[in-house]
Amino acid sequence: MSTPTPALVCTDVHKSFGKLEVLKGIDLSVDEHEVICLIGASGSGKSTLLRCINLLERINSGSIEVGGQDITAPNVDVNQVRRGIGIVFQAFNLFPHMSVMGNVTLAPRKVMGLSRSQAEAEAVELLDRFGLADKRDESPDRLSGGQQQRVAIVRALATHPQLMLLDEVTSALDPELVAEVLNVIRELAEGGMTMLIATHEMGFARDIARRVCFLDEGVLLEQGPPEQIFSSPREERTQQFLQRIIEAGRM
Amino acid sequence: MLRGSNRPRRGSLLLPASAGNVWVALASTVVVFAGLTLIVVNSSGWPKVKHAFFDPAEFRAYFATVGHAFVLNIKIFLVAEVLILILALVLAVLRQLPGPVFFPIRLLAIGYTDLFRGIPTILLVYLFGFGIPTLQLAHVTNDPVYLGAAALVVVYTAYVSEVYRAGIESVHPSQEAAARSLGLTRGQTMRTVILPQAVRRVIPPLLNDFIGLQKDTALISVLGPVEALQRATLGASSEFNYTPYVVAAFFFVLITVPQARLTDLLIERDRKRQMAGGRV
Repeated sequence: MSTPTPALVCTDVHKSFGKLEVLKGIDLSVDEHEVICLIGASGSGKSTLLRCINLLERINSGSIEVGGQDITAPNVDVNQVRRGIGIVFQAFNLFPHMSVMGNVTLAPRKVMGLSRSQAEAEAVELLDRFGLADKRDESPDRLSGGQQQRVAIVRALATHPQLMLLDEVTSALDPELVAEVLNVIRELAEGGMTMLIATHEMGFARDIARRVCFLDEGVLLEQGPPEQIFSSPREERTQQFLQRIIEAGRM
Repeated sequence: MLRGSNRPRRGSLLLPASAGNVWVALASTVVVFAGLTLIVVNSSGWPKVKHAFFDPAEFRAYFATVGHAFVLNIKIFLVAEVLILILALVLAVLRQLPGPVFFPIRLLAIGYTDLFRGIPTILLVYLFGFGIPTLQLAHVTNDPVYLGAAALVVVYTAYVSEVYRAGIESVHPSQEAAARSLGLTRGQTMRTVILPQAVRRVIPPLLNDFIGLQKDTALISVLGPVEALQRATLGASSEFNYTPYVVAAFFFVLITVPQARLTDLLIERDRKRQMAGGRV
């Protein structure tokens, strides 16, 4: 009986910025179609881990495999790797000098070599799916935060990634705009997208994640199904973290 | 180097808000300017100055000749500006090349800007205008107009590349991260994401530098070509009257003032847009 290749395998990943060690040997495996939520305090290394997987940061040691390919090996075509991994940022990072359509079609045209008409046809389909069809010619700064973040998600999906990394995508949003973005993520999960989600939305994590991983000071301290992590965490640090979240009324 | 944006904002002062303010502004302006005019006109040397610099007959006589010579200044700065825009952009991008391999290129780019911003422009005009012909190079022009213009291009390329660089560095690194995360190469990211934003932001300081360049075309007169200043000098020495210089000044002001206003307008527009876009 052969198990399928995991979508993502991190093995003993270390990352330091100067003297500060941010990731202290992360081991993490994500199966295809699996949705995993990373929780933990600010500075615990969630964002850094996502940025390392997208090769926006170079790891110091260890390895990261995506779809069976070691993407941290030398001589890897980073642009090729990044095409297969979508990342969405907390601050959206849309290109302000381009329309919504320009944002979404940039990578298909420049990276995948699609013609403008082909790229736009695909983009229209995606925008339509996420309720943004009428915003195609808008400039990003004329959209609400929730709309901007949905455009950012569509932009990341436009290169047909096999893996999506979401870095606290609702943290910069007004509370009433959070739901529309979470619904998009939910829909992606139902469609079978493999996702690694750093989030502070514990209710959402409990809802959507097959597995929840608790990061503490660069260490993956505890992982398990959401029911177990949220109701009977084994580690003291996890209990303390969740206690603080409950006290803050965020759960 | 974004010099334009560091100035106090005067746009709102030029447009007082309410009707009452308009009258106050008008009254105080009249008082100040009338006072200054009286001081100048009542000075003991004024009749002499008036005759030497502001002779209406001389002004009329030299208006057309100096104006005609000024066309050469216009030609020089128009061609120079196109070259500067291109060369400065290349220089700014070269200076941004990452990695140890490109260290010598970065070093050359930095050396270039340091050197040519440090040399007084008039000195470089002399060096080019008199030095290059002396070298007796084959296929290199000895025309002082071209050599003088080349000196201006060399100097202003250094300045304008710094303006571009400030623009490039003002684009937030998250923009680069977003572009690279989509699989765009470094070059594609520069071309499609960073530079379009950078160039838009530096248009006001760029116009500022071009105003400087337009005035500095007068420096080429030291090499002999009959542009506006040289024409005025010839006129002044044959008439024993300095009014032709005032005519030349008039033409320089005529073209630079609208650009200065345009620059302020663009700065003001940018400021408003940034305030409106405060919502991330």
